[in-house]
Amino acid sequence: MEFNLSAVSFVSEKNFTPIETGKVYDVLIIGGGPAGLTAAVYCMRKGVDTAIIIKSIGGQVAETSSVENYLGYKYINGVELVDKFKEQVIQFSIGYEEGQGVSLIEDGAVKNIILEDGRTVQSRTLIIASGKSWKKLGIPGEKKLTGHGVAYCTTCDAPLFKEKKVVIVGGGNSGVEAAIDLAGIASGVTIIQLLDELTADQILLDKLGSFGNVEMIFNSRVTEIKGDDRVEEVTVENIGTGTVSDVKTDGIFIEIGLDPNSGFAKGVVETNSSGEIIVDSRCATNRPGIFAAGDVTSVPFKQIIIAGGEGAKAALSACEYILKKS
Amino acid sequence: MALFDPKIQNQLRDILKTMKDEVRIIFFTQEIECPMCRETGLFVDEIASLSDKLSVKKYNFVLDKEIAEKYGVDKIPAIVLLDKNEKDYGVKFYGLPGGYDINSFLGAIIEISGKREELPEDILSRIKKIDKDIHIQVFVGLGCPHCPGAVAVAHRLAMENDRIKGDMIDAANFVHLSQKYSVTGVPKIIFNDKSEFTGAQPLTAFLDIIENLQ
Repeated sequence: MEFNLSAVSFVSEKNFTPIETGKVYDVLIIGGGPAGLTAAVYCMRKGVDTAIIIKSIGGQVAETSSVENYLGYKYINGVELVDKFKEQVIQFSIGYEEGQGVSLIEDGAVKNIILEDGRTVQSRTLIIASGKSWKKLGIPGEKKLTGHGVAYCTTCDAPLFKEKKVVIVGGGNSGVEAAIDLAGIASGVTIIQLLDELTADQILLDKLGSFGNVEMIFNSRVTEIKGDDRVEEVTVENIGTGTVSDVKTDGIFIEIGLDPNSGFAKGVVETNSSGEIIVDSRCATNRPGIFAAGDVTSVPFKQIIIAGGEGAKAALSACEYILKKS
Repeated sequence: MALFDPKIQNQLRDILKTMKDEVRIIFFTQEIECPMCRETGLFVDEIASLSDKLSVKKYNFVLDKEIAEKYGVDKIPAIVLLDKNEKDYGVKFYGLPGGYDINSFLGAIIEISGKREELPEDILSRIKKIDKDIHIQVFVGLGCPHCPGAVAVAHRLAMENDRIKGDMIDAANFVHLSQKYSVTGVPKIIFNDKSEFTGAQPLTAFLDIIENLQ
């Protein structure tokens, strides 16, 4: 039995204060993953008036079972690492809000940040570090049947498909990892891959090969998910031949990568074709006073240590901006 | 072998030090036909051994049928948390709250001990106004990072209003129940068998549903 204990949430001395709507912060950080939390520590150490708005603490790290490439820890569980990050942030009297998303930002000399619950927070500078979330297929049936057989979180939902048939969309690392998790639980696993081969790391492919209940459908995509109140079948189209067939299944896990959480900044800052916020080497966006860091940005390679470094850089750039303005 | 390694034991000890008053853990078990009962029994014993403010009372689900009925326990393994005056708030855990849900279990212990963060006035008054019996069942998976948040909301509602009861249910352990409610994603939250949603939602979303229940 494993225990993913978030010890810090219970015991740490909490110096942070609730976020205030009636004042103008120097720096407002959106996001509580490695980029946002690192930025918070840097800003507080610089002594600027800072607030952080966190939708889900740790972001993707909190959903990672093991981290083995963040220096200082040969092995650490994702929740534990997030706990350590948070512990370092809440020693400061930072303005802090957890469990709240941002719906809109408005640019200006003072930036308005409109929260999902309708409150408006104001700040001279912004650091957008809102990360990424699971990419959706955007096909008929997907939204309606989410939670009714359509799944995005394998560690959450795999145990519910014991001795059932499942389809996995995506043949990269996350798809093959999901297949490995599910092959030991489900009766049959079918991977549907757009390309003509799986693109996962060899070590994962070797592991996948040890299961006898995994099938692959290549050069194909899912075009519809069917079922009344739960997933019954999916429509699969071969992109080479155009042939369409229905595959009976109890569930479909969508593992086609991640989308940047940049929707609330749309039209304010410039993004690339994948929706990532374009930043320069100082983490500046095209708008003065708005910086961005981590997975939500165009910086290549999405890694915890890279996001942390970018968060530090964004914080220092924001502090420099405030200093120059005042 | 102990369920908790020494490092986690120490962390748990520190967390439990923040309890205000005593909490009684009521545990319902059975020796046969309950694969998870033994381990859940070890779990409550180990947790309780880490704080002077925790005590455990064990009942046999079949032999102590009347007591199970008194607490509204209808399946096992079941954990009910009572405050220092043995008041039952309707806070239950069905299955072993391991994985991520160790956090919702500890959170509930600390809140029942009397240490609760205050809720905003408008939210609290909405909760107090609820005047019908509400049963919230939160199906969780122990590998689900978003689940403890949903469990904590259901339990907090139960603590603030006697008409509300909240259950955590380990979906993988209660397979038939999960099938009955078509649980294919967690957290799945069922309100009085009438309304439901899947996924983590804020407390206000729970209230919106409850206020609209007929």
